[in-house]
Order: sequence, then C-alpha cells, then structure tokens
Amino acid sequence: MVLTLFGVSIIVFLVLRLLPGNALTSSLGVSAGLLSHAQLVALDHYYGIGEPVVQQYVSWLHAILTGNLGVSLSSRTSVASLVGAALPVTFELAIAAMLLGLLIGVLFGVFGALRPGRVVDVSGQGVSVIGLGVPSFVIGTGIVTLLASVFQYFPSSESFASLASDPWLNIQQIFFPAFTLSLGIGAAIMRTTRASMLEVVGQNYVRTARGKGLSRHSVTWKHIFLNAFIPVLTMSGIQLGYLLGGTVIVEQIFVLPGLGRLLVESINGRDFPVVQSVTMIFAAGFVVVNMIVDVLYAVVDPRIRNR
Amino acid sequence: MSALAELPLLSLRSVRVGSRRDHEVREIVRGVDLDVLAGEKVGVVGESGSGKTLTMLSVLRLLPRPLEVLGGQIRFEDKILTELDERGMESIRGAGVAMVYQDPMTSLNPLLRVRTQVVETLRAHGSSDAAAGKRTREVLGQVGFVDPERVEAAFPHELSGGMVQRVMIAMAIATSPRLLIADEPTTALDVTIQQQILDLVDSLQSRTAMSVVWVSHDLGVIARLVDRVFVMYAGRVVEQAPTVRLFARPTHPYSQALLGSLPGPEVRHRARLTQIGGSPPDPTRLPPGCPFRARCPFAFDRCAEQEPPLLERGEGSLAACWKEPIEWL
Ligand SMILES: Nc1ncnc2c1ncn2[C@@H]1O[C@H](COP(=O)(O)OP(=O)(O)OP(=O)(O)O)[C@@H](O)[C@H]1O
Ligand code: SF4
Ligand SMILES: [Mg+2]
Repeated sequence: MVLTLFGVSIIVFLVLRLLPGNALTSSLGVSAGLLSHAQLVALDHYYGIGEPVVQQYVSWLHAILTGNLGVSLSSRTSVASLVGAALPVTFELAIAAMLLGLLIGVLFGVFGALRPGRVVDVSGQGVSVIGLGVPSFVIGTGIVTLLASVFQYFPSSESFASLASDPWLNIQQIFFPAFTLSLGIGAAIMRTTRASMLEVVGQNYVRTARGKGLSRHSVTWKHIFLNAFIPVLTMSGIQLGYLLGGTVIVEQIFVLPGLGRLLVESINGRDFPVVQSVTMIFAAGFVVVNMIVDVLYAVVDPRIRNR
Repeated sequence: MSALAELPLLSLRSVRVGSRRDHEVREIVRGVDLDVLAGEKVGVVGESGSGKTLTMLSVLRLLPRPLEVLGGQIRFEDKILTELDERGMESIRGAGVAMVYQDPMTSLNPLLRVRTQVVETLRAHGSSDAAAGKRTREVLGQVGFVDPERVEAAFPHELSGGMVQRVMIAMAIATSPRLLIADEPTTALDVTIQQQILDLVDSLQSRTAMSVVWVSHDLGVIARLVDRVFVMYAGRVVEQAPTVRLFARPTHPYSQALLGSLPGPEVRHRARLTQIGGSPPDPTRLPPGCPFRARCPFAFDRCAEQEPPLLERGEGSLAACWKEPIEWL
C-alpha cells in the first residue's frame, strides 16, 4: 500500500521531469527568449528548477510527508488550498457516478438474470454494449450538446455551486457528468452481476433456500444476490479505479472545477507542485478504494474473515 | 386394513421427468408410481442414475433446468402439487414436505450463519422471531449437538461434513413437516457417523407422526429402517414390496441381484444369486423391451418386445417382469 504510493510518487516525478518545458517557459511563453541568461538562472534558482532531480525529489517527498504540498507556481496560492477546493467536487462526482453505476448495473443484472432472454435482459444487454463501447467523452459531449440545444444550458466553472451552498443546483450540475461516467461502470457491473447471478442460481444452497419455502424475493436477494455480489464487488473496485481517470475527461467536458480540471490546467502550465500533489491524491484514492473493497469482502464473506 | 380408508399422504402417479427442447423430449424418469402413507417409512433404492433424486425433487418442484415434470400427477395430502402455483408450492415446501439433500456440504448458504438459515425457514412458515430462535436451539439439540449455541453462531465452512448433515436435518425437521425426504443421507460420511445419523432420524420419526422417504443406492444401509421398499431401475419402479417380503422373496431379477450383492447375514439366498454384471443403461436411450434385459440372466423372447408393467405378485408386492415367479424353497 505504502509501497504503491511510493512507486507512484517516483514515476510521477520522473515523467514530469521528462516533459519538455518548465514553469518558466510555459508562463512566459515565447517571451522567455527575451530574458538574459543571468535572469533565467536567477528565476530557475528561485523556483528550484535547476537543482538535481534526486534532490528535488527528496525535498518534495519530505515536504509532502510533513503535510506541506507546496505553492502553485502559476497562481502563487498554496497547493493545499487549490486541492482543498477541487477535491470535494471530484469526490462527489466519483461517489455519485459509482452509486448510479451500481444502481443501473445491479438492477439490470439481477432482473436480466432472473429472466434471461426477456425484455429487461435484452435491453440491459443492449445498453451495456453502448456503455462499454462508446467512450465517455463521446457520451459526455453528446449530453452537453443536447443540454445546450434543448435547454439552453451551458456549464461553466464560475456558476458552479457546492453541495453546501446550494444543494439543489449542485445536484443538477453533478447529475449529468455523473450519469456520463456511470454508463461505463453500470455496463461493466451489469455484465458481472448477470453472469454471477446465473452461476449462483444453479448452486445447491439456492435449491435448499427454495426448498425451505422461502419467498421468491427472499431467495433472490438473501441467497442468490448476496453470493453473486462478491464478484460484483471486485468489479466495482476496478471500475472505481477507472472512474478516477474518467473524472479528468468528464470534468473537462462539463467544466467542473474538480481535481481533474486542476490536473489538466497545471500540466499545461507545467505547474509541477500541483500536478504532483493531484496525482498523488488520485493514487491515494485508488489505494483507499482497494482497502475499502478488501474490508467489504470480509464483511460479506465469512470465509475470508477467518483467514 | 382397507385401501380405501387410508389415503396416502403422498402419491405419485405416472410421473415423468425430463427435458423438452423444441420437439425433442428426453425422458429420464419414465412414469413412476409411488405412495407414502401417513407415518410410514419408505425406502427408494436403485443404482446411481436410476432417477431417485429427480423423482424426489419433482415432488418439491425443485428440478434443475432444463428438467421438468413432463407428465403424471403428484398429490400431497389434499393438494395436487402438479397443478399448484408457485405461491402454493412455497407453503408446501419446508412445512409439509422437507428434504435433506444428497450433497449437504454445498447445500447451505456459505455467507449466512447456521442460526440465520434455520430461523428464516421457521419465519417463512409463520413463526415469530422469538419462537424461531428458541425452536432453532431446540432442534439443534435434538440432532445431537451438545453445544447448540456454538453451532448456531457458526458459518457452514466451520463445520465438518457430519455436523453439516445434522444441521440440514435439524433445519428440515424444525418446521415439523409431515414428510421428510432424506436423499443419500449418509454418503460422504464415515461409518460410525452414518449409523448415528440414521438412528437419529429414525428416533425423531418414531417420536412424531412424520413419514420418511429414505433414498439410497445401497439397500443395506436403509433396509432395517423402512417398512416398504421401491426399487428403481432406469427411471422406473421395477419392484415395490414390504421390506420383509423383499428380503425373503425378491421377485424382480434386478432386486434379486441387488440382494445378492448385499452383505449381511439376513440374505439367505446369496449363494444362488449372481452379482450384477454390466452397467445401468442410459434412461433416455433405451431399446424397446425390458430395460434390464441386457443384464438379466432370465431374459427370453418376450423381454425384447415389450416393457413389462408393474404386476401384482401377492403379499403386497408388485414387480415389472415377464418371468413367472420362481419357486422358492
Ligand atoms: N440437471 C440435469 N440435466 C440433465 N440430466 C440430468 C440432470 N441431473 C441429472 N440428470 C440425469 O438424470 C439421471 C438420473 O439422475 P438422478 O440424480 O435422479 O439419479 P440418482 O438415482 O439419484 O443417482 P445417484 O445415486 O447418483 O444420486 C442421471 O443419469 C443424470 O445423468
Ligand atoms: S422382463 Fe425379462 S429381461 Fe426384464 S427382468 Fe424380467 S426376465 Fe429379465
Ligand atoms: Mg441421487
């Protein structure tokens, strides 16, 4: 776990250093050529750009370990405050997309598996092909276009309302990007749920449950679904990983002031402290998700709990 | 005792089980007649694949896909099960007829505690939560657990095969069903535990008015427990007789062979009977005539022409064989 994060920190750091350009060339643009060599050296020194990579890495690692994310090179505000403003947006988006995806996936998966080949099943399968096959930037762009042409609604980052300040507006603003993201997740979860349900239906303990005279409802959820849920959990964990990446694209399309947008902006501006911090947060999010999945496994399955 | 006065608790009439796909019908159970009287203990024996389990599952309408009851009638008490809707079946399952399945280790939900699984059975048939909890502890005690509290709280994977089998029995008898079907209740158990389980169910049976159907491929295991035996072969009952009569004078050549391969002093005619050679036929691809013909030492012309029906042989015995009864000493 810690090792994963450590590995990520090294890779991120190195990849960024391999990018052409730095904060100076990108913030000053072509006019960088107008500065004298002495001026450039002074600026490089000021921003810590000229130091050896290893030394840069060590001082950065030391800083983040002591809770200091540094200062943004482009906006001169602390990275912590930038991240603090963006994180809740992405967090909310990811949770909303996950819940929506689970809802869509589980419902279609369960009811499809109960009546394979019937209307619910076939339409669910059809939608899942779209969800898996069409990338979220296409779906997202489509939705934005639709919203603009039908409702004259144009998302912008200035008008964004946080959940605390205006919950109703916030939910409206989050719903469509979350829905965009949830289609892919929902499709994957639906397929896993359906396959897993179909396998569990044939198990002996399901026969026992029916043979005891339990109602159809009880057999379906308490016996079949509960067992079928274990692979769904695995799939959900994997999907949440992808989802973090997906937020970057969807936040761009729907102009949400989240971590994804912050990341893209800071990469364009070669704002390394911000890029590094955001990437580390994404990686930490991924690690935390996996930990939660592991805990949930143990909650659901006593055979794992005992080990 | 008049046959009219006592209506059987369970009766199967010409029950056929198989699959139907497009227009191709594969029949595995090919017309079984079977009666169980109230309070009676009945044995169903036959080689592996003869259709014992499928026949029993058809009673509870629990046949695995794509199998279904193709025809015939199943009646339990005053209800025609073959005409009942699913709701009606739910009230029969567990409460009227309970079954202990052939493969106990995989027959409990691995994610739920023993308590949860027994309690939900009782709750489904109208017990209150408190009553169900109390009854659960009681039946776990009845099946011989000295520490019901610990077993209650256990998950299936924490129990041994014998313990799971006893939990399955406890769960089945918790609702005091009128009929218990025990399918191969002792396979996969070692010999001492086998005896315990058999004696356990037998003593539970004698304390209640419950009827029991013992299903086994091994006549020797259940012979001493049952009043009557149904011998199945290739998806049919080929002989049905009171246990004493079957052991004294088995009529069908297959029963004779079964008894011949049975260990134990009670078999008087062992020396004269042959071991069963050959293997059981595939019930879905039988040649015309008697299905036992290929393995039968007595087969003659007629056996190849027509399948024999169950015919009265006296002393409550019926057998499906064209051969005249042999003279017994
Ligand atoms: N789900 C199924 N689909 C198709 N055929 C099946 C299915 N289950 C069982 N059969 C077939 O039906 C036949 C009878 O099976 P059944 O389980 O009733 O036999 P049995 O007498 O209980 O044997 P055993 O002693 O092995 O339990 C077998 O030959 C088997 O191949
Ligand atoms: S009918 Fe013929 S083949 Fe069949 S058991 Fe009797 S004697 Fe044997
Ligand atoms: Mg069987």
